[in-house]
Formats: sequence, structure tokens, C-alpha cells
Amino acid sequence: MVVFLNRVAIIGVGWYGFKPTTPEVSFREMVFEAASRAYKDAGDINPRTDVDSFISCQEDFWDGISISDEFAPDQIGGAMRPTMTVSGDTIQGLAHGIMHINSGVADVVTIEGHSKISDILTFPDLVKFAMDPIYLRTLNPPNFHFLAGIDAVKFMERKGVTREDLALVVEKNKRAGLKSVRSSYASNLSVDEILKYNEYVVYPLTRLDIASFVDGAITIVIASEEVAKRVKGDDYLIIRGVGYATDSANAETADIGKATYMRLASNMAYRMGKIDSPRKYFDAVFVDDRYSYKELQHLEALGISEEPVKDLREGNLHPQGEIPVNPLGGHLAKGVPLEASGFSLLLDAIDYINSGKGDRALVGSWRGIPTFTGSVVVVERP
Amino acid sequence: MKVNIHLNKRVAVIGAGMTQFRRRILETPQEIAWEASSKALEEAGLELKDIECVVIGSAPDAFDGVNLKGEYLSHGSGGIRKPSSRVFVGGATGVMAAITGWYHVASGMCNTVLVVAEEKMSPARPHPQSVFRYIWDPILEKPLNPNLIWIFAMEMHRYMATYGIKKEEIALVSVKNKRNAANNPYAQLGGNITVDDVLNSEVLVWPVQLLDISPVSDGGAAMIMASEDVARRYSDTPIWVDGVGWTLDNTEWPARDLAYARYLEFAARMAYKMAGIENPYKELDVIEPYDPFDYKELHHIEGLRIAQRGEAPKLLKEGVFDIDGDIPSSPSGGLLGVGNPIAAAGLMKVISIYWQLKGTAGKMQVKKPVHTGLAQAWGDLMQASTVIIMRN
Repeated sequence: MVVFLNRVAIIGVGWYGFKPTTPEVSFREMVFEAASRAYKDAGDINPRTDVDSFISCQEDFWDGISISDEFAPDQIGGAMRPTMTVSGDTIQGLAHGIMHINSGVADVVTIEGHSKISDILTFPDLVKFAMDPIYLRTLNPPNFHFLAGIDAVKFMERKGVTREDLALVVEKNKRAGLKSVRSSYASNLSVDEILKYNEYVVYPLTRLDIASFVDGAITIVIASEEVAKRVKGDDYLIIRGVGYATDSANAETADIGKATYMRLASNMAYRMGKIDSPRKYFDAVFVDDRYSYKELQHLEALGISEEPVKDLREGNLHPQGEIPVNPLGGHLAKGVPLEASGFSLLLDAIDYINSGKGDRALVGSWRGIPTFTGSVVVVERP
Repeated sequence: MKVNIHLNKRVAVIGAGMTQFRRRILETPQEIAWEASSKALEEAGLELKDIECVVIGSAPDAFDGVNLKGEYLSHGSGGIRKPSSRVFVGGATGVMAAITGWYHVASGMCNTVLVVAEEKMSPARPHPQSVFRYIWDPILEKPLNPNLIWIFAMEMHRYMATYGIKKEEIALVSVKNKRNAANNPYAQLGGNITVDDVLNSEVLVWPVQLLDISPVSDGGAAMIMASEDVARRYSDTPIWVDGVGWTLDNTEWPARDLAYARYLEFAARMAYKMAGIENPYKELDVIEPYDPFDYKELHHIEGLRIAQRGEAPKLLKEGVFDIDGDIPSSPSGGLLGVGNPIAAAGLMKVISIYWQLKGTAGKMQVKKPVHTGLAQAWGDLMQASTVIIMRN
């Protein structure tokens, strides 16, 4: 594995939605809104002349279209241009965009991801359909969260995590979300109130430990630093490192109880960014918390905290703590926008840096059940 | 717009492997992917631990019957505990996967990439065509319940009507490709047929007849791409990727000029510019244009600017595209002869050019010496094209 030759910058960001339902728009209209805002933010650029390649991050079954790539170009200005689909999280799409720039085929790249999950009538069945048809799907579990339950129990046993600790994560993130306009699921719940709700979806997770899904579209425009300086002056952020990895395709061969995918992805990003001490390096961390325990598990894998429970209990992970984790609420407050999940966390990181609270942020995304794939991006002021 | 001003690193192909293409392969998609991958590794002299990144290409998820198919296929494609990702541009995916492998190395991300394309169409019930019932605009088109062959029949008809091309002239593509496929050990439908066989075959949707169209197939293909220093260490005959291009037209196919693939011209121009090709007719030695239907090979040869609009049938008749012609086209036998497991078929075309340039194509080897080759694929709603140019 080698390192990138040129620095790549984020020059434009646009989003739409972050609502449980968006009956006013189709997914294409939603993406158009997000893309238009991103191009405006990127210095009012015209995608048809100023953007060199376009990447859409989507999956057929989420969009209800058998070849969803057909519907990628129009709403982002990518018609009759080099447009393609990366079937993965938006951070994986971002990695492909960085490769477009560093391979020499593009100076400016648009990446979009979206979720119109309110249109999906059979979401649990589609998740089941993503499981191995021979070894896993045939178990016919009562719900797809069972994999998270197994993973959570193993992780909690290994690291001494209690139900109260999970409630602390839920309390922290749902309250932190009150500071962000994108948080449909933010609330001012206390640990006691969270623990009182003890109807398990799958042990040890109640409905409050599991992030809800949300509709939304996010478009991000990236460029070589040379172009970024030209169009944005010094008003841009640098991508210092990016990484992604799959632990295993199959639950029976994956590291249950550990987020090995996140460890591999972050190692790649740190190597690229020449980051030796992530805990010291970052001002804040934005990490997938679609299950409350996942925040802690991911922090361990990212090398941010060897003892995440201790850090949590001591308040080190709070928005005012030593290393704020999901200080704008994460998925527990905002919801999970399918393939746009990584960009949802990156949006929080960008907001955080732009608000002057820090200069360097770490983003770690996971593709959710039943995958063991994670992606990481390091973003900072130039 | 920038596009292709410089190349940061040279990228070579150093190994490839394929499964046989068949109507129904009993192995799972993961097993198909691994058979192709292990053959590619063997040809390159590498082991899985030597591979830094994995790129997966597969077309509609519904064929294999798995949601998040890239995740599922990472097992079998060597994508375990590695950066692994899937790319997708419909039928054009196979060549896009090779292009993606190229930019993984050219960008400096990896030194070695395993590119895997797999498709298993046979599980779809009652027929793989049923998967195509949901490729349409859900509001404007789906209520009409179109069939995929209908729209290609429209395109074929338009192509014939615009340039005054006869069915007999188009049928020659099917005859040529099935004849070439008889020399391909991986092929599903090689054989010697005549123009009359094509013209007398069952009419599916006029003017598309049974022998105008590629079969339903299962299959896998894989390729190893590497940076220059790795390639020179492991191969005496690395084949260099010198140009790539891809373009997506808008989604609204009814408003498109169906007689000419303008989006392909754009993709080809991108690749030609990168490869420094000014006159493709003179500078290309061997080509693998995408041929899921016989008329598409001609359509694509024109989009690639190898022939003027409406002139490809004339060149075909003159033998220019025969295996011993000036520009052998689909010497592998193409999708019409080898089979059409969608993404795998596209990567098969790239592998065919790789073997031709390396001189290891066996009975498929074209007669003239070849130094520059092109592979191309096409997909989505008649809107996507991907092009790769390689040299030895």
C-alpha cells in the first residue's frame, strides 16, 4: 500500500432532508436539492463544465430499481460526463473520488449519497436478503438486529460494558443532537428514563439503543488543493487520509465482538495521513453509533480509546470532554440515511470544524447489518 | 473540464482468469468468483496475500439473489480484511471494474489490485428477463410493462432505418462471433452458423431474432493489475493500460438519438486522448466492442469512431473485422458466442485484449501482430459506455 501524491480538499457541501419521511420530493429531486446547494457552496460552480467526474453511492434494492445507476446522472449534472456508481458507503465513494483526482483523470469530483427509506415497505426483508443465502438467511431470525445482539454481548463481556453504559451513550448523543438542525431523533432523555424502557428488540438492545432510519441526500464536491485554493481561497478543508476495509463477507468468519473492519480502515487512513497518535491528534470524533454499543466498539478499533467504558464514565467522550465523540449527536440523534451514513457523520465533522470548535476531526462509518465493512476519513483545516 | 491531462503512474495487467460461461453453473456466486480469481493469481504468479486492494464488478443485485452483492462477493473475490469495493454501471460494469482497478494503482492507492467480475443470471425466476422489469422509471415507464428486448428492438430498427442497413448485413456479426467463439475454450455458444440461420431463427421482437441476441449465462472473470515496478518483477510481458474513458448519458432514453451512441463517442474520446490516439481506424490493431446483440457491435464500432456513421456493415462485409482482417473485432467470440454473464462478459472482453496483446490467446490469437487493443462495454438504459485501451 502506498500513499497519495496530492492533497485533496472538500470545497462544497449540500444536503437535504434528514426527516423520517419526505413525501414532498422523489429521491432524485432530493439529490438535486443537495447537489444544487453543494455547487453553490463550492463557489457557484457549473457541474456541466467545472466538475470532471461524478460518483453516486447507492444500492439497487434501497432505491427499488434494478439498475439504479441509470438514475444517477441527471440530478447531479453528470449526464454525458464520466459518471459511475460505487455500491457502498459514501466514504467509500469519497475514496474513489480521491483516486480519480490522484490518477490524473479529474481535478474536481462530485460524490452523492441518499436515502429514501420511507419508500421501502419491506426494509427488514431486504436486510435479510443481504445475508448469506445458505448459512445465515436460512436461520430465519425474528429480526435482523440479532447479529448486533450477538456482537454486543461479546463486546460487552470482553470490555466490561453494562446496560447503564449503553444508556450513557444514548443520553449523550440524543442530547448532543439538540444542537444540530439535522437531528430528527434528538431528545433530552436521562439515563434513568432510558433504562426504564426495558423492552428488548434483541438483548441487550432496546429500541432506544438502536438508531432509526431517515430520509436524506448529501452531495460533496472535492478538488485538488490547487483548484480549491483557486475557487475557495482558504475556505476549504483538507482530506488528510481515507481508508476502507471489509473484515469478512460472512458472519461466521468475521471477528464478532470487535470492529476489525474499522481497525483496518483507520490503519489505512492513519498511514496515509502519517498519524501516529490518533487520540492526541484529533479534536473530535464522529463515529457510527447506529447501535449504542457500536460507538464504544468503534472507538476501540479506531485507536481512540483502549478503555472506552472508562472514558465514557469519566465524561471524556462528552461534547465538553477531552475527546468529544459525536458532539452533534451521531446517528442516534440524526438517524441512519443508508449509504449517505458516512457523509452524515462527515457533515457533522465539517460543521464542527467550521464552527471553530476544533481543527481536526476523525470520521468512522459502518455499512450496518449484516456487513463487516467500515470506512474512515480524516478531515482538517489546511 | 480537465480529463486526462497526465498519468501519475503506469499500470499493467499481469494476470487473468475466467470460469467457463454456461447457462447454469451449479457453484455459488462466491465460488464462481474464487475460481476466476485463483486462476488470475496463478497466471500472475501472485498469492492472495500479495493483493492490496480488491475491485468487484457485478450488475443487478437481483440476478444473484443477494442484496449488497459487493459485500457478499468480497468472500470469493479475496476481499477479506482488505480495501474492497464494488462499482456498477449496468452492463458496462465489466470494463468499469478494469478502469477502477486502473485508477486504484494509478492514483497511488495500491500496488496490486485484483479485479473480479461475476454474474449468476440463472437463479432468476421465471427468467432473468424478470429482473429487467424493474429497471424502468417507476412513474413514467414501469406501468407500460416494457420488456428489455423491446427497447433494443427500437434501437436496432432506428439504426437500420437511419442508415439503410439490412438484417442480412447485421446477421454477419452473429456468424463471425459464433465462429470465433468456437476457438474459445470458455465459450457457451460457439459454432458455425449462416446468415440464413439467423434470419430464420425465432422472432423475439422484430427485428430482433433469437440468433441476434446473446444468451443468458453464469460466469466469472478476474484480472490482476499492478504498478510498473511490481509488474516488471512478476511479468516479462506486462500489458499496459494506456487509456480509459467512461460516460453516462441521461436517464431519458426515449429522447435519445438511438441511431448513434453519442455517449460512447464521448467515452472513447476520453480514452483516445489519454492514449494519444488520433485516428482509431489506423492505430487500433484489435478490438472487443460490446455485442449483446449483433447490431450493437456495429453500433459501437461507429461510436468508437472506427467507422463512419452507418459504415460499419460495409467494413464488416469487406472482412475488416474478421479474425484475419485489418481490425479483428471480438476475436474471443464476444457475448454472442462466449456468453453474457453481464459484468463478467465485460471483463472477459478486457481479458481477451490482454491475452491477444500478450500473445497467449491460443486458437483465438489473431493473425496479424498486435500492439494496441481496445475493449468496450455498454449498459444501463442504453446510456453508459466504458472504454479501455491497452498496449504491449
